Amino acid sequence: MSILKTMMTSAAVLAVTAPAAFAEWQPRKPVEFIIMAGTGGGADQIARLLQGLIEKKDLSPRPFIPINKPGGSGAEALRYLQDKAGDNHVVMMTLNSFYTTPIIQEDLGVDVTEFTPIGLMAMDTFLLWVNSDRDDINDLDSYVEAVKSAGLDWKVGGTGSGQEDSVLTAMMEAAFEYDVTYIPFPGGGTVAKNLVGNQIDSTVNNPAEQMEFWRAGNSKPLVQFTAERMPAFPDVPTAKELGVDIEYYMQRSVNGPPNMDPEAVEFYTNLFQELFDSEEWQGFCESDGLTCDTMMKGEELAQFHATQKVAHEKLIAQVGAASITGE
Amino acid sequence: MTVRTAELIMAIAMLLLSLGLMLNVYSDGLRIGWVDGRGPGAGMWPFWLSLGMALASLATLIRWFTGATPESRNLDPYIAPETLFLVGVSAASILVLLILMNLIGTYLSLVLFMFFYVRILGKHTWFTTIAMMIGTPVFVYLLFEVALTKYLPKGLPFFEEIFLVIDNLRYEYFY
Amino acid sequence: METIFVSLGAGLLQAFEPLNLFMIFAGCLAGLFVGCMPGLGSVNGVAILLPVTFLVPPTTAIIFLAALYYGAMYGGAISSITLGIPGASTAVATVFDGRPMAQQGKADKALMAAAIASFIGGTVSIILFTLFAPPLAAFALKFGPQEEFALMLLAFATFIGLGGDDIPKTIFSILLGLVLAAVGFDIISGRPRLIFFDMVEFQRGIGFLVLAIGVYGIGEMLWTLETTKGTVKMHRVNLGWARMKENFGEVKQYINSTWLGSVLGFFVGTLPAAGATPAALMSYGLSKTFSKDPDSFGKGNISGVAAPEAANNAASTGSMLPMITLGIPGSPTTAILLGGMIIWGLRPGPLLFTESPDFVWGLIGSMYVANLVTVLLNLALIPVFIRVLAMPFTMLTPIIFVLCVLGVFATTDRMFDTWLMLIIGLLAYMLRKLNYPVAPAVLAIVLGPLAERSLRQSLISSRGDVMTFIERPISLVCILFAVALISYPLISKFMKKKRAGETSVDPAA
Repeated sequence: MSILKTMMTSAAVLAVTAPAAFAEWQPRKPVEFIIMAGTGGGADQIARLLQGLIEKKDLSPRPFIPINKPGGSGAEALRYLQDKAGDNHVVMMTLNSFYTTPIIQEDLGVDVTEFTPIGLMAMDTFLLWVNSDRDDINDLDSYVEAVKSAGLDWKVGGTGSGQEDSVLTAMMEAAFEYDVTYIPFPGGGTVAKNLVGNQIDSTVNNPAEQMEFWRAGNSKPLVQFTAERMPAFPDVPTAKELGVDIEYYMQRSVNGPPNMDPEAVEFYTNLFQELFDSEEWQGFCESDGLTCDTMMKGEELAQFHATQKVAHEKLIAQVGAASITGE
Repeated sequence: MTVRTAELIMAIAMLLLSLGLMLNVYSDGLRIGWVDGRGPGAGMWPFWLSLGMALASLATLIRWFTGATPESRNLDPYIAPETLFLVGVSAASILVLLILMNLIGTYLSLVLFMFFYVRILGKHTWFTTIAMMIGTPVFVYLLFEVALTKYLPKGLPFFEEIFLVIDNLRYEYFY
Repeated sequence: METIFVSLGAGLLQAFEPLNLFMIFAGCLAGLFVGCMPGLGSVNGVAILLPVTFLVPPTTAIIFLAALYYGAMYGGAISSITLGIPGASTAVATVFDGRPMAQQGKADKALMAAAIASFIGGTVSIILFTLFAPPLAAFALKFGPQEEFALMLLAFATFIGLGGDDIPKTIFSILLGLVLAAVGFDIISGRPRLIFFDMVEFQRGIGFLVLAIGVYGIGEMLWTLETTKGTVKMHRVNLGWARMKENFGEVKQYINSTWLGSVLGFFVGTLPAAGATPAALMSYGLSKTFSKDPDSFGKGNISGVAAPEAANNAASTGSMLPMITLGIPGSPTTAILLGGMIIWGLRPGPLLFTESPDFVWGLIGSMYVANLVTVLLNLALIPVFIRVLAMPFTMLTPIIFVLCVLGVFATTDRMFDTWLMLIIGLLAYMLRKLNYPVAPAVLAIVLGPLAERSLRQSLISSRGDVMTFIERPISLVCILFAVALISYPLISKFMKKKRAGETSVDPAA
């Protein structure tokens, strides 16, 4: 292992980045990089990629340590960050449970708008997938028809009650006036496997989780819930094109605890901006169907969080917390 | 306290624990029955299994009264006086270690912990004692902080500052 | 078939490239070291060294991480045997017999059995992997929640007889483990359950390692201190050539358990939900059930060390299969490996075999080599590991306690779990003194969440119809096996009694 260390050191020396461009403040101890989800999921993959890039590019004098706090759909992570108020050595990779968890778990005592926004790294998208064996389903209409005739026998897989995809499933139930059986699985990869193995009938997955099965011809997307067609899926219509008003994204942003020092915020914002602009990150976005045009940060991101929070409150009130938790 | 008494107390405590678990599930408003068309509710598993725990504890109580378990006939002390010291000291030392880790940080606590065991309990030579007092934290530092990039608890800000000075040296000269 | 051998040959050649061979060696050594620390397992090693691998080509990187994974699997057994604390969740079953063996001065035999069984398990598993990867991937897809639940029933069935002689206390212990497994966030209903004292930390649930280290690290250590009156002496072993040779001769004693564990481990490992821990536990249970001398298990039977070790190594190879062919991790460690592959620009999935054959075969080839390197390293290091046992107790005890505390902290990065560990440890000690068996609780907390989740998923999907479990062929087969296993000890006891009855009646007649 010591040899690896030496290799790393020499690589660091060779790296020609200019840390001098950074602000005055620099971390004095390792930075906790909290992930509000478990190992192996989308957020975890992204955080570990970013951590790897930080080391590779020698962007920080102290390492970033990824720490998973998956408890309670991110409740544990949110509370942890809240309790770390004023700490300059902790940042968190978030997803949409950033908004939904404090709404569903009212007594958590976390207001996400108090957190320090750092940078929005990407917007992830959702598509509706079915197994490619289903010859009878080729578009949204035939899908809705199939679901309606199956009724509650129609099984939709997802990553857990209260997670993003369960919100989206509930939105679809409301829009198309049908009821399905929602089965939670641990993680998007397991959902994908159960779809391919015909254990479930459909799912709303992120592109990254289905991409390989789609390329192998095991599953097919029917509709995308974006404003415009994604370059990765030029032939798949958006819900809006088909006259269904559902548009839903997953934000993947980095945030700090409340009351972070402005100098520290500047350091992290610059660091993540550099990562965002890197070839590696942009390449990852492209291959995984993420939208990464410009990095939203500072006041703009705070505004974004505020609107998203209100939007999710409305959404959950609309579909009803009960239809998400299922009981 | 004899083993006989201890078994009674433990069985009662475990019975109460089981009932407490059931109450906890129930008062959280979780569905403990069969939900139509969905199978077991969220509370079914913990609630009925806790009931099973309660019944198992009851069975132990009955067996205690009838003297069916060897423990219920055993009148030896539950924890013999000479072992009470050893066990008590071990448990207390871990407790103190955990408290100290929060106050003065992992490394200083480890030094004290080693001093206590090796010198005071073990009565080893000063050479061994000092080797352990220095060796353990250094090994822990190298394994956890350097190789595994963990950040072990550093205690109150004052002690953390002291540590950061040492940590700076590492980053200054080795990276 | 021919193409497999050509590809495998190319893969093996790749593994012997100097850089790759060096990485295999470094990975095995690092893994062995991380694995033998209580609480630290392959997950830690792989997660932490992942960024390092950005500096080398992807194939070399995965070879390094796979070697580390392998080394850690072996390493887990070392602390299970020498310290009596499971080095990783996969090595829990190794404690059951490994610790008594060490106390009887047979630590070298146990370590040797662990190394050899691991080697056989790993090798059998890679051969099966090489030959049957694609059909097995298709089989894994047939495994829905119903099959998972049936498999869990089968796992529980293998544990019949693991408990103590006091039946109500054994039942209590199993149920306690199952209930504690429910603590935390319920993914089916999305609601928090059993959040004691409203502490948000409980939302994550009670980690298996926290319980296992509490029970074995703290609880058993206190128990040992008491029974030996503070003169803990894990019998020094004099390891010479003669003894080594004698130990090699004992292989035939546990070879059957090893084969059983290897094959079982591989199949359980390939199923995405299960992973190496249930595989090792099932293998232990089965070996005990079919042993000629089941009563000696838990008291230092060498087969009790070999069976779980063969299975956990076989399963760790097996769990690479769903990762590579389906992109679904079979264990937390493979989940991180999967993340690594994505970062390197490789897309695990059904197309990986055809699109990146160099990578896949390089990995498979390196698994053969890594297995060999690890067993050699391990055998060579046995004398070093045994040295630990010769330390005086006033030095060994604090080291064990420190490793327990830091190991638990390192798995979750929170002090809360170290407190929980201490409380669990004290409780386990007090229960243990009253003849409550603790092993069933540890087993139950591993399988509990899997069993509950798959049961509820199946019933939601069948809309409450219990028949779903016997309508599906694979699940039906598993259930029948489970029933057979449960009735086996009863029947064999009954038969013995009957035979005994006949013989005792005969002379009178």
